[in-house]
Amino acid sequence: MKRAGKSSGRPKDLQSGRRIFWQILILALVLAAMVVLSSGLGYLRISFSDVLRIVLGKLPGMHFLLDGVNSLFPVVVTDVRLPRILTAAAVGAGLALSGVVFQGILLNPLADPYTLGVSAGAALGASFALWLNIGIWGIWSVPFFAFIGSGLTLTAVIYLASSSAGLSSSNLILSGIIVSAILSAGVSFIKYMVDEQVSVIIFWLMGSFGSKTWADVWLTLGALAAGLGICGFFSRELNVMALGSRTAASLGVDTQKVRLILLITASLVSAVCVSVSGIIGFVGLLVPHICRTLTGPDNQRLIPVSILAGAILLLGADTLTRAVLPHEIPIGVLTALTGGPFFCYIYRKRQTGGVHDD
Amino acid sequence: MTIETEHVSFGYGGQPAVSDVSLKLRAGMFYGILGPNGCGKTTLVDLLIRHRTPDAGSVSYEGKPLSTYSRKQIARKFALVPQQYSVNFPFTSRQVVMMGRYPHLGRFAFPGPADHRQVDEIMDQTGTREFENRFISELSGGERQRVIFARALVQDTPVLILDEATSNLDISHAISLFGLVFRQVTDKGKTVVAVMQDINLAALFCQYLILMKRGRVVHHGPCDQVLTENAIQSVFNVKSKVYEDSYAEARQVVFNRSSHVP
Repeated sequence: MKRAGKSSGRPKDLQSGRRIFWQILILALVLAAMVVLSSGLGYLRISFSDVLRIVLGKLPGMHFLLDGVNSLFPVVVTDVRLPRILTAAAVGAGLALSGVVFQGILLNPLADPYTLGVSAGAALGASFALWLNIGIWGIWSVPFFAFIGSGLTLTAVIYLASSSAGLSSSNLILSGIIVSAILSAGVSFIKYMVDEQVSVIIFWLMGSFGSKTWADVWLTLGALAAGLGICGFFSRELNVMALGSRTAASLGVDTQKVRLILLITASLVSAVCVSVSGIIGFVGLLVPHICRTLTGPDNQRLIPVSILAGAILLLGADTLTRAVLPHEIPIGVLTALTGGPFFCYIYRKRQTGGVHDD
Repeated sequence: MTIETEHVSFGYGGQPAVSDVSLKLRAGMFYGILGPNGCGKTTLVDLLIRHRTPDAGSVSYEGKPLSTYSRKQIARKFALVPQQYSVNFPFTSRQVVMMGRYPHLGRFAFPGPADHRQVDEIMDQTGTREFENRFISELSGGERQRVIFARALVQDTPVLILDEATSNLDISHAISLFGLVFRQVTDKGKTVVAVMQDINLAALFCQYLILMKRGRVVHHGPCDQVLTENAIQSVFNVKSKVYEDSYAEARQVVFNRSSHVP
């Protein structure tokens, strides 16, 4: 992408152009290696060469590779493990993407995909479906209601935050907090009303990639691809908007339009992630933060790096609870337990970092 | 005639901020807008660059209504140094200045050697090159303002709007930056519209003054005609002495401790 081939530019820029290329390449290779590695890990250990043979054997004309592989292994890898692994990676990438975008739009490095109440809305929708035991769409009922919940929440938050001067970031954050508080009370009410179902609700709220199917994979990958396309298209506008809306407007950016498009895109991507996996906190907050120290705040670099890093992080966390720990802990609990303290560290560093705030 | 406003009015929720302003601004002139706090100066410049659209009246640029220009076209004609700015992410100074080239670049095009040369040149002229690789969030208020100023100059537009652009700067940097844009006015025929607080600084550089009060333009004309004791008293409610200063080679204004007229 970067004009790496030309010799006439500034050497420093060529270096950073090459650096972003290597960063993306290394992260992509790490992610691919982790997918193969984690496919072999679990209750049934499968050697990595067998995993590769199973995956490549799926390609047309390559079926001979499966000769000599235990006939149970292809089922375990392609029907059980790969859907879960790929969903975890896609959700991690989606949460990281929407984290980058929310932090950029809300001009707040501590915003995350859930700041605007997307998770609270999804939680209420899912709890509602579980409470009434709605099963009209089979396994899709809970994700569907979770998605509707976050969509309605987003609409309410945008409506609350909009004024004659447009959508300001502080209005959005405040509206998100207010709406989230109301929705959390709604979830508590449902938990109180149900008796035997309460454990199902709590389990969903803690997040899990257990029993994911290829349909989940395609759904999250589709949402991720669409989100990446739109956010990539507006990444330069997002950079300029960091200078404030008046400056951005004077540089030819339609800040109201771009902010609304990116807000809706990022919210829908995170809503799809939440509806598939339950609530997994801190990935969308931390990954963009860590990646910003690698790439700087330029969104044209930050977005691809964050997506790969988010996929690696969540796949790693899910593999840890699935195959390494003696008992599976809900993934949302694991990310909150490790991400929370890290968040405190970053926050404290920001307080003492000598950054001019005004 | 570069910028022309005809009976322009604008209000915030029924509260008029700019009322019936008709001005003709010519290319190659340095205009200063003076007036007390809250008199509509910033709103007026926002109307000139279509950051806001007038409730009544019209603004045109080079004979065509401003509404017929696309956002990108406007960004290639007008650059703005805003009064307030905050940069929440650690962009380097150079990255911020380079953003001024965005209106001239295709969406997926990266800045080329010519863009880099232009950034180098402007950063040298504005004295911001020495901290080009430092994060803008770590700079002092004055240093940051110079970076924002350089960002607007790199935009390389025929019209430059300065909204209290030197309010955080020491006198040396203020004179140096105003001198820089003044030479662009006289040598390259650029148009500068500067909202200012410092009357004497305005008198040094502005060829034409626009005095505003309560949303209306009350006096406008060449600096040496508009800048009078009566005009200053009617706009700012202060008594003053206006005189031709031989050192400044311009009119200057002095006040005393009891200048304020209640």
